[in-house]
Amino acid sequence: MSILVSKRTRVAVQGITGGEGTFHTMQMIEYGTNVVAGITPGKGGTSYKGDETNAFKRPVPVFNTVREAVEQEGADTSIIFVPAAAAADAILEAANAGIKLVVCITEGIPSSDMIKVYDQLKKTGTRLIGPNCPGIITPGEAKIGIMPGFIHKPGRVGVVSRSGTLTYEAVWQLTERGIGQSTCIGIGGDPVIGTRFIDAIKLFSEDKNTDGIIMIGEIGGSAEEEAADYIARHVRKPVVGFIAGQTAPPGRRMGHAGAIISGGKGTAAEKMKVMKEAGIFVVESPALLGETMAKALRSKKGAKSKSPKKSATKSAGKKKRTVKAKPTKKKR
Amino acid sequence: MKIHEYQGKEILKKFGVPVPRGQVAFTVDEAVAVAKLVGGDVWVVKAQIHAGGRGKGGGVKLARSIDEVRQRAGEILGMRLVTHQTGPEGRIVKRLLIEQGMNIARELYVGITLDRDRSQNVVMVSTEGGMEIEKVAEETPEKILKEAIAPGIGLQAFQARNLCFGLGLKGDAFKNGVKFLLSLAKAYEATDASLAEINPLVVTKEGDVLALDAKMNFDDNALYRHPELAELRDLDEEDPLEVEASTSNLNYIKLDGNVGCMVNGAGLAMGTMDIIKLAGGMPANFLDVGGGANAKTVEAGFKIILKDPHVKAILINIFGGIVRCDRVATGVVEAAKNVHVKVPIVVRLAGTNADIAADILKNSGLSFLVAGSLKEAAQKVTQAIAA
Repeated sequence: MSILVSKRTRVAVQGITGGEGTFHTMQMIEYGTNVVAGITPGKGGTSYKGDETNAFKRPVPVFNTVREAVEQEGADTSIIFVPAAAAADAILEAANAGIKLVVCITEGIPSSDMIKVYDQLKKTGTRLIGPNCPGIITPGEAKIGIMPGFIHKPGRVGVVSRSGTLTYEAVWQLTERGIGQSTCIGIGGDPVIGTRFIDAIKLFSEDKNTDGIIMIGEIGGSAEEEAADYIARHVRKPVVGFIAGQTAPPGRRMGHAGAIISGGKGTAAEKMKVMKEAGIFVVESPALLGETMAKALRSKKGAKSKSPKKSATKSAGKKKRTVKAKPTKKKR
Repeated sequence: MKIHEYQGKEILKKFGVPVPRGQVAFTVDEAVAVAKLVGGDVWVVKAQIHAGGRGKGGGVKLARSIDEVRQRAGEILGMRLVTHQTGPEGRIVKRLLIEQGMNIARELYVGITLDRDRSQNVVMVSTEGGMEIEKVAEETPEKILKEAIAPGIGLQAFQARNLCFGLGLKGDAFKNGVKFLLSLAKAYEATDASLAEINPLVVTKEGDVLALDAKMNFDDNALYRHPELAELRDLDEEDPLEVEASTSNLNYIKLDGNVGCMVNGAGLAMGTMDIIKLAGGMPANFLDVGGGANAKTVEAGFKIILKDPHVKAILINIFGGIVRCDRVATGVVEAAKNVHVKVPIVVRLAGTNADIAADILKNSGLSFLVAGSLKEAAQKVTQAIAA
């Protein structure tokens, strides 16, 4: 009942013996994530139990290479906690070893490194989440990231976001209302990322166990417009959206490397307009994400029909589908 | 990171990109000396600030004699230059670039930047030199030609030829144009630039192709491997509060509003600014205190926010995940006592140990406006600025 990760996911941690790697591996194991291996070049053959303040519930075998973790422990997913200067290499090593899903938490990777990584991953078919992201969680099953586990609740709403804490905010609003989540993905705040909104939304749209989607964007780029176009054409589930940075000045980088309005493009107003035209329930305040999703789900249930397709077309917001979303594709 | 035009041109020259002869000058006397060194009978005196639109603002002047160079340099040095990119307060001009005048036949445009849709760098050229590329993109998009740079192999000669044919270059100008584009792309990639914009790119009557202007920005995340570029940072071009914040490892951007805010995470910080506006205020700043919000960072944050006299209230919004709210609350109380904050403070702490945090704030003896949810925080901000 989820996308991409579940109880069965076999996770390898790249950079497991570093400070961040140690702390978050402990947290992931405690959440119930199936961490099967760690990778720290030079420490292969040992077994790692965390440090004094962050003791693991069970030891994790450490390998010199990702390939060994794949061959000996059957790792199929990796999470990366290595410093920015070594992160591109870590992603490529994972892809080369046959890892299917790479989650890169590292912040501050140069764009030129990511451009090369992105190009390589197209050839290997590896899916990358991030970088500069909180990771991915399927509540109650697997947490492959740095998000606080306890705010989540298993359920049927998918969440996808470019921001970390703003995602936690949305998740918390859902959980407080008793609405659980199927999977939550932080796609990251950088200009070059592996999984984009459109990719995550496709997966949620096709997932039988996801009833609604929350999409949290921010200023900069046009990934939200791209996703809105897809949603207008293909998605028959309610989507609630928010764009952070309605008050952000143009030309300034707002914390995230990718959060910048350049040449008048990538404003919150423009994104919100396109999203509304695509039939997305766009909220002006992030405080309204939870209750808007609750309403959307109720009205969806209210529109009873035998065929799930039909019920979807009757649900709230779908009437706006007649409006064709034409996100401006003119780019510099 | 942004740099000055003259610094950009020095970098480009190293990569074989032709630029007019010229040099930086910090005083009028230096300007005259540079003009003599450069030679010729026409010079251009250009204000060096980190903003576009300098010509329209009166920061770029022609001089036809050494005396005129002296006069123009005197006028421009020290002036408050206001352009559409500086805001109404403008910038004081502290550096000049003195260059030889060119015998211009055509003015063109070339820019290299990251195309986020493709996740590749792209070279763009246009015949509309001197115009803003955004305007050209909007009004006459067919006049912009593009070639994507394939990762790892760089811009290829055939791509440069495509662009130069498209620009209608012929003879020597064509050959020089191809060389120019290939060198510019090399400079862009080798320096981890995020923007290399030559506007205008000029073709002289003699068939030379030169960068009359040069705007280069660099990827902050890559500066660690370019220490020589990091040294070019000009703190005079940045807001003093922002410089101070960066020394405390705070991500702060000064804005024009009346409600200060302190938040963990960039996305939530932007969302909080939006909430302030919806509550009837305007954000005075963007401030992301990052993952480790503690008494020290909160105190540094308070100090910086309060240096802005327009701040009438402060909203602290922390979503405690890994960070524990009780620790943040203790930090907020300590910092508020140390800094003597006189404006109302709305505090919203959610997540790990939020209930303990609420008690700490209530029992502190300080008059915080404590909010449980984001919605409540917005209401309390409205109250605070109305009071």
